[in-house]
Amino acid sequence: MEQNKKTRIVVGMSGGVDSSVTALLLKEQGYDVVGIFMKNWDDTDESGFCTATQDYEDVAAVAEQIGIPYYSVNFEKEYWDKVFEYFLEEHRQGRTPNPDVMCNKEIKFKAFLNYALTLGADYVATGHYAQVVRDNNNVVHLLRGVDANKDQTYFLNQLSQDQLQKAMFPLGAMSKSEVRKIAQDAHLQTANKKDSTGICFIGERDFKEFLMNYLPAQPGKMMTFDGKEMGHHDGLMYYTIGQRRGLGIGGTQNSNDPWFVVGKDLSQNILYVGQGYHNEHLYATKLTAEKISFTHDIKKGTTFKAQAQFRYRQKPVNVTVILNDGQTEAEVYFDEPARAVTPGQSIVLYDENECLGGGTITAAYQEDQQLQYI
Amino acid sequence: MINMTASIYLDYAATTPMDISVIEKMTDTMRNHYGNASSIHQYGRNSKKLLEHARKTVAEYINALPEEIIFTSGGTESDNTAILMGAHARSDRGRHIITTAVEHEAVLKPLKRLEAEGFEVTYLPVGITGELDFEHFKEAVRQDTILVSIMSVNNEVGTIFPIEKIGAFLSERDILFHTDAVQAFGPLKIDVKKAKIDLLSASAHKIYGPKGVGFLYKRKNIAIPSFMLGGNQERKQRAGTENLPAIVGFEQAVCHMKANRAQFNQHAVNLREQLIYELNHQAINFQINGNLSQQVPHIINLYFPNKLAEQLLIQLDLKQIAVSAGSACTAGSIKPSHVLQSMYGDQSDRLMHSIRVSMGAFTTEKDIKDFVKVLKEIV
Repeated sequence: MEQNKKTRIVVGMSGGVDSSVTALLLKEQGYDVVGIFMKNWDDTDESGFCTATQDYEDVAAVAEQIGIPYYSVNFEKEYWDKVFEYFLEEHRQGRTPNPDVMCNKEIKFKAFLNYALTLGADYVATGHYAQVVRDNNNVVHLLRGVDANKDQTYFLNQLSQDQLQKAMFPLGAMSKSEVRKIAQDAHLQTANKKDSTGICFIGERDFKEFLMNYLPAQPGKMMTFDGKEMGHHDGLMYYTIGQRRGLGIGGTQNSNDPWFVVGKDLSQNILYVGQGYHNEHLYATKLTAEKISFTHDIKKGTTFKAQAQFRYRQKPVNVTVILNDGQTEAEVYFDEPARAVTPGQSIVLYDENECLGGGTITAAYQEDQQLQYI
Repeated sequence: MINMTASIYLDYAATTPMDISVIEKMTDTMRNHYGNASSIHQYGRNSKKLLEHARKTVAEYINALPEEIIFTSGGTESDNTAILMGAHARSDRGRHIITTAVEHEAVLKPLKRLEAEGFEVTYLPVGITGELDFEHFKEAVRQDTILVSIMSVNNEVGTIFPIEKIGAFLSERDILFHTDAVQAFGPLKIDVKKAKIDLLSASAHKIYGPKGVGFLYKRKNIAIPSFMLGGNQERKQRAGTENLPAIVGFEQAVCHMKANRAQFNQHAVNLREQLIYELNHQAINFQINGNLSQQVPHIINLYFPNKLAEQLLIQLDLKQIAVSAGSACTAGSIKPSHVLQSMYGDQSDRLMHSIRVSMGAFTTEKDIKDFVKVLKEIV
């Protein structure tokens, strides 16, 4: 306790229950805690309402309750340049981006971390459900959060060892319900606040409408791979591989199976659809990935076996990874065919509970045949 | 949590601590004089007496008549009343208004509303030293100009504006002259008759008085309607039960200021000199925004080329030192100062790298020394 007093921890506080409890726990452990609200996005509407204002009010109330200083720091420019531009560019390329992964890599554990260091921080802490464990060689390992349902290592896969050296995730060993209980017992203002959903800068708004403000929608044909026209799509960027909702196609004479997005052709602006959850075009035996990054020097060589997730909250599957010489790109072979491998999303590698790192999916293959996903 | 004895307050332009004599007067009023000044009975009469006494004291301080003082909830209400009501009262004559680009938001926002209603507003820029070019101002005045609102002292840099010259020029024309004197009232000797001011806004909490009280000086014979509607308080100029404890506190603050003004100003001059000396002595890379010879002594705006103001503010706060920078925008983060923007242009590095240091009666030489010591570590 007494020792902790000399350790300054800057907590990224969003105004939600998780980061509120993060700050509370650290304060209770005697650390020198400073709360910072990251203002990443200006969503002020015509009436002057801005959700960030309410969130900051919540940060202020909680910080006062806990007894820590708190500030708001503007990262709008960094967020726009590093996360939002990437988000738009990926959509332009017909891929499905993961802004949360980019936000952790570029904002929370880069811009924010650097800022915190200038304030004399020894560590930064966030309310992520993940664990960091330091071994005898002073290497920090990123482990899954104990609450399997909340584990957020998928979104943290791009963090480097340098970044992890400075990170603390006090909620990693807890379940969401425990966190809520702690917040309620401490009567924190945010104890019963609803969890935020969706992409932070879009929030509760309609995704299509939001994206339309930034990227021109190019409607086009909706077809089957057999060449049958099935109607029109509103713009390829609004659809993701394996998506069922929003296609507006009913059953046909042959089958009542629902319809799914099974492919895209960006150059011809065609959205491919097919029937059945297990449609053959949705299954891949291999994927390729770029921007591979590891959480530490995993010393596994260029070919190794691992478990992998290619989307959040998915049951991990067994894979074989083959890295290129620079270890920046990978081919990942699935033991069993995998459904709806989506370019732009992260492929994250695990060794049991440890997150080894990951990369961005560039393409999916059925044996040697590339699937028409972009 | 904060060790108050070790903390250093250098944000007097935001608000001052209250003088103990003010607190005592207010407490006594709250305890003993709770009557409504509009009531006919003895409780009312007693409160009314205190109210009118305060009005007289405040009026004398700026060479106004007691009936020319309307007590309000503070500078913002006074500014809003003067501008919105003043413009509407004169709108049959014309719809052009002149102000500066460096006014407080309490002036700029009502003007924005008037623009939406069809009024035309000229925003005079200031020069690189923060000063207003009087010739430039004269050229902006037109046949259809009905209102001029120009602050007496800028709140971020401390620049003193040529109010007397402007007043003299406008007095020969049928144009309302309002000045936001929130930062000037106290440290500067203001004579509304000599300066030919029609409307003047002032506040108590910048001169060791309480928050939530101020006044609008409205020259006799100027007819503008009341902003707040309701009872007949303040000679029907401002409805709402008078906040007597605050008004009595305001009066005491004025008395206290009157008795100590010269001394306070000298103290501020000394501290400012010491601050500049220490900054140079510690070889800190800094520049002064503005022109000290044209500024009130208790405000100084400093540019630190290597340091983001927001970061500097937080680092200082973590060392228990309070200064300010620009103004808070949504969700508490700092937006670039519109004052420095007018002085140095949109692209200037100074916009995001400057802080305002403001000192007062309780600031000590040791405070300044310690402040610069901490700055040295940070910058």
